[in-house]
Amino acid sequence: MKKTIALLLAVVMCLALAACGSQKTETPAPAEQAAPQTEQAGAEAPAEPAAEPAAEAPALKAGFIFLHDENSTYDLNFINAAKDACAQLGIEPILKTGIPEGQECYEAAAELVDEGCTFVFADSFGHESFLLQAAKEFPNVQFCHATGTQAHTAGVPNYHNAFASIYEGRFLGGVAAGLKLNQMIEEGKITAEQAKVGYVGAFPYAEVKSGYTSFFLGVRYVCPSATMEVTFTNSWYDPTLEKEGAIKLINDGCVLISEHADSMGAPTECEANNIPFVFYNGSAANDCPNTFIVASRIDWTPYMVYAMTCTAEGKDIGADWTGTIATGSVKMTDINEQAAAPGTAEKLAEVQELLESGKLQVFDTSTWTVNGETKTEYMADVDDMGDFQPDTNVIADGYFHESEFRSAPYFDIDIDGIINIDA
Amino acid sequence: MNKTRTPLFHVSKRGALPWYRTWAIRGTALLLALVLCGIITSIVTGQDPLAVYAAIWSGSFGTKRKIWVLLQNISMLLCVSLAVTPAFRMRCWNLGGEGQALIGALTSAACMILLAGKLPNWAVILCMIVSSLLAGALWAGIPAFFKARWNTNETLFTLMMNYVATQLVAYYCVVWESPKGSGQIGIINPNTQIGWFPQIGSQKYLLNILIVAVVCVLMYVYLNYSKHGYEIAVVGESERTARYVGIKVDRVIIRTMLLSGAVCGLAGLLLVGGTNHTLTPTIIDGRGFTAVMVSWLAKFNPIWMILTSFLLVFLGRGAGEIATKFGLNQSFGDILTGVILFCIIGSEFFINYQIKLTRRGKEQ
Repeated sequence: MKKTIALLLAVVMCLALAACGSQKTETPAPAEQAAPQTEQAGAEAPAEPAAEPAAEAPALKAGFIFLHDENSTYDLNFINAAKDACAQLGIEPILKTGIPEGQECYEAAAELVDEGCTFVFADSFGHESFLLQAAKEFPNVQFCHATGTQAHTAGVPNYHNAFASIYEGRFLGGVAAGLKLNQMIEEGKITAEQAKVGYVGAFPYAEVKSGYTSFFLGVRYVCPSATMEVTFTNSWYDPTLEKEGAIKLINDGCVLISEHADSMGAPTECEANNIPFVFYNGSAANDCPNTFIVASRIDWTPYMVYAMTCTAEGKDIGADWTGTIATGSVKMTDINEQAAAPGTAEKLAEVQELLESGKLQVFDTSTWTVNGETKTEYMADVDDMGDFQPDTNVIADGYFHESEFRSAPYFDIDIDGIINIDA
Repeated sequence: MNKTRTPLFHVSKRGALPWYRTWAIRGTALLLALVLCGIITSIVTGQDPLAVYAAIWSGSFGTKRKIWVLLQNISMLLCVSLAVTPAFRMRCWNLGGEGQALIGALTSAACMILLAGKLPNWAVILCMIVSSLLAGALWAGIPAFFKARWNTNETLFTLMMNYVATQLVAYYCVVWESPKGSGQIGIINPNTQIGWFPQIGSQKYLLNILIVAVVCVLMYVYLNYSKHGYEIAVVGESERTARYVGIKVDRVIIRTMLLSGAVCGLAGLLLVGGTNHTLTPTIIDGRGFTAVMVSWLAKFNPIWMILTSFLLVFLGRGAGEIATKFGLNQSFGDILTGVILFCIIGSEFFINYQIKLTRRGKEQ
């Protein structure tokens, strides 16, 4: 026993010595690192005294938390926006990728605060309660969370939600898909009744339901005979499941696919089977040149610039912020002419103008029914108190007011014409 | 002439080495690993290797919070490692640590969700403790029973039980999800804090760390100085000998596996009740498998396991820090961890075997 303890102590000492030793050899390194960090404020500025760049840019350190890394199309979209926004403001971002939706998110946020960040952003829905926990602990730091639902009721002044009216972008994607279906019908490849689209969704909740419903309404806007099948992966990022979902839909006779999940699983399967598809988060024209039509995405740069500027200037960031297609937060990628139907660009520009002017509403109640009936009122669970209690009527003036009472979507109605094949 | 070719070298088993020589070999391996990592880093990324080492160091020791997180992660990994060790000593390969801990986490979360408001806080915590230990024990007990009764293969059985546990947790994540359809539970009882373990002072991780430290000492004593520990060692050496001296092997197997599972359940309990206050299918984070390495590298000695779990957590945290600091992918950190582990595990070969160059002409 004594021997083991003596041995253990000896080893601990050895390790401690080794540790100290290695630390000594490293001492020049932190100094080298510290230098670029002080420069960071003045993007790319030569090694001048720190005071100079700090004067031209707001003194702010910004930290970002991402669920996955750049292999996920969803996170890549955020990572690009964060780099863009920070470059515009002359801030060097600290990016933490691969942070799970759990205690790790709180720890990552706390570490960012330790490193001096006064602005912390997290990108995944499941990060919310952990980011909120950090927000309560560090009242002097602004925490912004994309896609969350709790900020407007949580009463934590330094915690904020943001989203964009991506349903407008998905509607446009749907229009492009509908034009493609029309082309296929005209060419005699399918009959009007065979115009069935498939949709690979992540989780069966409002964010995804709102997305696929708006996409479907866009399809039907130009191709009235279209129907849709939906399957869920119950994961945000699972290339295999997304691929299998696409196979399932294709085998079921879907002639066009769209999706709301974060990997390249479904697109690569579509390319292999020559099935045209509409994407989300970014272009897939390079990987799938024959089948990729167009993609909608949220451009987070405007929000990040807004929120970081507010933080730097000590102004209030709204508890709940919604960007729209008119404000440049919702964007369409370039159309892939090789796969898209002729005239897609013109039609999309036309519909986008209608959307921006408010002449066309995506969730116009005259365009969809539930069990054959037109909805005239719908109570949605806007104030998310964890109780699932509907609290707000969101249908008025002939359309469903999505993302107006809160930025995160709350359209969770199952409308006629969409079949959930997992149910 | 002689048709058989003489190889350039041959490998032979070494006798026992004095402790300083084995540690010299291990130290060399670690040094070699670090040098290799440095070379790979500068070739692949063009980063200054010294800066990379500094980042690995600061990933664990950079701030006070990082040190606490390091200690918390060590204690969680150590807890699962301690759990699988008694079974390993018995040469019973319990690879189900992940599932056993997960099922403990599931039952703790179930108590927090279902009993909140119905029982006083202390009673909820008591239920969590009892149910998670029992659930973990049950999850290990099932394969143990089959092994003792019908000599089924415990490696495969425990491994498969992991998947059952993961799917069960995924299912209940949907049952208790908030909001509906999101598949997320989020933080459980965020306002009432029912079922949350008390915090010692302002340190939210201290309680977990202390509990695991106590378990570590108890496990050391149990394995080395108790009759049970002795029986485990004998069964591990040879089941026949054990039977010959009158040890009931079946009973020892089941008893040890129950203990193994219960301690895994404890790990799940500490994660849910002590720190995370949520439940996800990935909450154990692969510790059930990393524990195998921790336990093995420490030669199944609970005290050495503090060191080996420190090493693995340290490398993991360092990998994460590299990813953040240099804007590299998390995978790069994993590559470095892989290189280091390869060298360390490889060094065990040189401790047990030696390579002798074959001298020509001596063969006849």
